[in-house]
Amino acid sequence: MLQYGARRLLSAIPVLIGILVVVFFLSRSIPGDPCKAMLGEKASAETCERFAVANGLDKPLPAQFVVFVGKILQGDLGESIRFSRPVVLILAERLPTTIELALAALVIAVVVGIPLGIISALRHNSATDVATMVGANIGVSMPVFWLGLMLAYLFAIVFKDTALALPPSGRITPGLSATPFYEVYGLGVTEGTPWFLILEFFANLYIFNSIITANWEVLLDVSRHMILPAVALATIPLAIIARMTRSSLLDVLGREYVKAARAKGLRERLVVLRHAMRNAFLPIVTIIGLSLGLLLNGAVLTETVFGLAGVGRILFEAITARDFPIIQAFTLVIAINYVLLNLVVDLSYSRLDPRVRLESKD
Amino acid sequence: MATLERTTPGVETERKEVAPASLWRITLRRLIKRRSAVAGMVILGFLVLVAIFAPLIAPYSPTQVLIGVEDVKRRSAPCIHLLGCPEDQPQHIMGIDGNVRDQFSRVIYGTRFSLFVGFTTVGVGIVIGVTLGAIAGYFGGRSDNLIMRVLDVLLAFPSLLLAIAIVAVIGPGLQNALLAIAIVSIPAYARVMRASVLSVKESEYVAASRALGSSSFQVLRDSVLPNAITPLIVLATLGIATAILDAAALSFLGLGAQPPTPEWGTMLGTERNQVFTSPHLVFFPGLAIMITVLGFNLLGDGLRDALDPRLDHGSAKSKS
Repeated sequence: MLQYGARRLLSAIPVLIGILVVVFFLSRSIPGDPCKAMLGEKASAETCERFAVANGLDKPLPAQFVVFVGKILQGDLGESIRFSRPVVLILAERLPTTIELALAALVIAVVVGIPLGIISALRHNSATDVATMVGANIGVSMPVFWLGLMLAYLFAIVFKDTALALPPSGRITPGLSATPFYEVYGLGVTEGTPWFLILEFFANLYIFNSIITANWEVLLDVSRHMILPAVALATIPLAIIARMTRSSLLDVLGREYVKAARAKGLRERLVVLRHAMRNAFLPIVTIIGLSLGLLLNGAVLTETVFGLAGVGRILFEAITARDFPIIQAFTLVIAINYVLLNLVVDLSYSRLDPRVRLESKD
Repeated sequence: MATLERTTPGVETERKEVAPASLWRITLRRLIKRRSAVAGMVILGFLVLVAIFAPLIAPYSPTQVLIGVEDVKRRSAPCIHLLGCPEDQPQHIMGIDGNVRDQFSRVIYGTRFSLFVGFTTVGVGIVIGVTLGAIAGYFGGRSDNLIMRVLDVLLAFPSLLLAIAIVAVIGPGLQNALLAIAIVSIPAYARVMRASVLSVKESEYVAASRALGSSSFQVLRDSVLPNAITPLIVLATLGIATAILDAAALSFLGLGAQPPTPEWGTMLGTERNQVFTSPHLVFFPGLAIMITVLGFNLLGDGLRDALDPRLDHGSAKSKS
């Protein structure tokens, strides 16, 4: 298991190097002058020259690449051209928004999708089954941004002034603020240190922060803001997970060992949960892993629709503004995340399926 | 049917000869038995008709501004005579958009763009992907390593973000958006093709074909491609659905088709801030996208089931 994990990790290294190259050269091939984009069209040649020197843009591309990789290895992601702030700080602020959103969506998709799939499989060809599968087909066919806008309209306008009303944008009601937990508990930290960045990162996970500071008012408010974007984002993965659970379980339910378990007189619950589900789980885990990519895709759109300042949104804005350091750092973080998540999914196979474990022994 | 009852040797051989040719017919028969596939085909058939006859169906030109032509206001809600809209008002069943154009006509014309987007992106993606996959699988070694590592890097990015980055480099516009989506779809096709090549490369009929003097290209075309065609068709059908969604998303973000093109994603994107006051301008284009994507998804699922020999539901009879 450990050996297998190490080998998979090693095989990810060429991909990671490739990602570095692609990220750097792609971001540098974006047409347009960052100076003009930042300082305005009327910026003089001299100003632009000073700007280029200050941001290291005057050196030849390969030299810039070497500097770029060297700095990354030191954990220095540079400074945003647009915000004139360290990129790591912006990451610590924006990344939690997307993580919280993606996790909430994933939880919804799994918690609703798997039971729906199980019920459909157990009542194969019943009205529930047909309805679920029709719903799932419609679910995977919906554009995320459209669903988001429609949900926002429904819950902010149609259900306005009812108990169902939900805020259509933002993470928190203006005026409310989530005091970072490190301030509440008086953890003395100086800004700019790695320790501060880590604390800041966790403090920006608003739900986590409000729970450990026992700030229930903020928790309620933040959760209410989270519902619509999370539901919009969860729809496609939910439909996919429900479908996969159903077909995988149907496949397993016809096997001999399930018949044997039933013949033993085991209760149906036990047969399904212990004998069938355990074997049906592998493809479901695969599909959950694959939906993480979908979640990141959807996050760009969901964040745009719901006005959330997350990774997807800032990356999109940075591309428009030619803010190279941001583009590089954020695509890098996303791609590395993606590679690592796939690795985790692969590794979880070997935990779930002993046959995969055998392979790693050779 | 009557011939089946006779068991003369001659009939036996005749049946065997017929069998491979009717594979497509068997597939079609299985396909028609699947409700979802039929639903998908009906939806797509309908959309193709709408796209072809758009000028006949749409009451207005998709870019015609109705100021001075009719007494209508910007972003007015749908007016349908059958549903009680006063007869003296002009009928606009999907309302009027932000530039005082007939929304229904725009949605109708949008069908053309969506189908075009779906077929062209998948066409380009499949041609490049299959070629790369074939080279990687057939020649193996260094070319295999190089091609697959590059594709692995492409796969490491979420597809939409990669497409956004590519469009940022080559500039916004419908054509560039299509190119970006096609590029993003290459790895999937390449992988399927490579796997098929690997699975038959060492088989005896490939060796025989090579011994008969076939060139690499001929071997790939005649012996390998037919084996890969089934998964490729399924992947392509489902790929069209994804391509349409991604293209709409790029247009929604302002990176795809530019106004005044009646493209559904663009229509949605330009009016998205008006969703609280004129929801119809967001609702109908999105619904159109959903129906189109649904059609391809249903057909793709049906095809997968019909072409998958392991899922021999209704076909057990035809086999015996």
